Amino acid sequence: MTDLNAIYVIVMRELKKFVREKSRLVSSIARPLIWLFLVGAGMSRLVSPRAGMPYTRFIFPGILGMTILFSSIFSSISIIWDKEFGFLKEILVAPVRRSSIVIGKSLSGTAVSAIQVFIVLMTFPVIGERLSFLQVLLTLLVGLLVAFSISSFGIVIATFYENYESFSVIMNFIIMPMFFLSGAMYPVKLLPSALRWASRLNPLTYGVDALKNTMFQAKAGPMSPDFSFSLDMLVIALSSAVFVLLASVFFERKQ
Amino acid sequence: MLRDGKAITVSGITREFGPATAVDGISFEVDRGEFFGFLGPNGAGKTTLIRMLTTLLKPTSGQAIVSGFDVAEDPARVRKHIGVVPQAMTSDLDLTGRENMDIYGRFYGIRSGERKERIEYLLEMVGLAPRADDLVATYSGGMRRRLEIARVLVHKPALLFLDEPTIGLDPQSRRVVWELLKKLMQGDSITIFLTTHYMEEAELLCGRVAIIDAGKIIAMGSPAALKAGIPGNDIVTLKVGGLTDEIIGAMEKLPFVHKVSREEDSLAASVDNGAENLPQLIDVVRASGGAIVAASVHEQSLEDVFIHYTGKSIREEEARKVSFLIGAGMPQRLGR
Ligand SMILES: Nc1ncnc2c1ncn2[C@@H]1O[C@H](COP(=O)(O)OP(=O)(O)O)[C@@H](O)[C@H]1O
Ligand SMILES: [Mg+2]
Repeated sequence: MTDLNAIYVIVMRELKKFVREKSRLVSSIARPLIWLFLVGAGMSRLVSPRAGMPYTRFIFPGILGMTILFSSIFSSISIIWDKEFGFLKEILVAPVRRSSIVIGKSLSGTAVSAIQVFIVLMTFPVIGERLSFLQVLLTLLVGLLVAFSISSFGIVIATFYENYESFSVIMNFIIMPMFFLSGAMYPVKLLPSALRWASRLNPLTYGVDALKNTMFQAKAGPMSPDFSFSLDMLVIALSSAVFVLLASVFFERKQ
Repeated sequence: MLRDGKAITVSGITREFGPATAVDGISFEVDRGEFFGFLGPNGAGKTTLIRMLTTLLKPTSGQAIVSGFDVAEDPARVRKHIGVVPQAMTSDLDLTGRENMDIYGRFYGIRSGERKERIEYLLEMVGLAPRADDLVATYSGGMRRRLEIARVLVHKPALLFLDEPTIGLDPQSRRVVWELLKKLMQGDSITIFLTTHYMEEAELLCGRVAIIDAGKIIAMGSPAALKAGIPGNDIVTLKVGGLTDEIIGAMEKLPFVHKVSREEDSLAASVDNGAENLPQLIDVVRASGGAIVAASVHEQSLEDVFIHYTGKSIREEEARKVSFLIGAGMPQRLGR
């Protein structure tokens, strides 16, 4: 009971801070929209719609994946700040299980991501995408699950975080490759085989693919989803469980 | 539940970080209801000790029983009874004072009605009621500290740990925090464990003090007993023109002088009855060819106790510590 309550409080605090920090909200929504409209518009000229659909529509699920990737990992890494300089420093002395703190923090990342995914998703009519109400709902639901998996992955990463330099290492060697190898910008099936294998080891790949599955009509052709929806969901669920477990173990050990 | 009514029983506790030993075989006991302090310079091992006593760091060896439970074997039970105010300020800047307290109270699962009442009472007690709905970002350092002390009291801990509660505060805010801590001791039967490197703080607040240096306790007792435990009762400080070793030698021969230490052209002598014996000291300095530039007499303090046992001053560390704190405060904004 105290543990459920603790999880709730951690999420509530994060949401309160997120809503209050306007600049964070604005920039976290501006990034995916800039990608969508600038990269999408530019690349649409290069990539023929005959390949399946306009490029802007193709990258839409990938941009949602990017939104999740950045906001979840940033939110999760703040567990380190909270532990060294803030909230968690006192809370770690409270009679609450470490795994509850990890889950609370993962759910915080999930909640913050979900708000952003919702806002970015609602721009779909602007890019000429047609989604039914049910598709929007399903996309949001899938987005939530992906956000939870990536948030808990972020905490695993955070336990390796040592100093400010390691942040740029995380950015350049984890976040960026994860994004580019997720199938967000180009179909996994068109990659050279080495990169294709790297993509298959990337948890975000299945998240982006699940979003493609909920949004795209075409189930064949170069731009169609790379895996089946059920495989995507299976990987997302399993990886979430593994990440939460690892994060709890590492977090406990790190103190 | 509390073994022998002791709030804390520590025996031979040690913590190593690689080859370095931060806390080196410390043993002591704290009674319930006591205000106990650890006084020592930066790097002495105070934070490491508090982290072990509050279950955040495992001892390399030795044992600590806190509120009746072993910190290494039963950390969850220990956590139920304690509250901790860490050295770094930990309140959320982008939340109000009241929100900070509310989140903390909810975290401990205190029911809504009781929580609101308690928060109101505590905000009043620390004098923050009028500013309770302002963002903490607009608070001064002293106000933030008071908020953090109020916050840790929300769940009524029986044993309170404070790690350098007034570090980096201006003298006036420091005094306000001292008054607050004194008031706390008068109320409920709370036990307070505090660390500090300010000797006035230890002297003013603590019933008993352990002086720590390089991970070891070098002296322990009430401030009065500690001061009585070193020779002399006053310190005479003289600034002398043409100070030589002969002058110091001559002074040390006087029966009421116990120890003379020199720092450039000043000397500090621990003596009996400094005010009465000052004229005689001045005569001896002059007779040995020195010219008195300035003279002062003050009662021995815990600082002098520290100097007596270690040969160095606690204060030397102060400047470095403050600049470290400024560095450590930065990331809180950087990270968002
Ligand atoms: N996590 C750590 N890793 C390595 N050394 C540490 C760590 N924490 C503290 N120390 C070392 O232990 C000693 C005592 O530190 P600390 O307990 O912070 O002292 P104080 O709080 O009295 O200033 C210092 O020499 C410090 O460098
Ligand atoms: Mg310290």
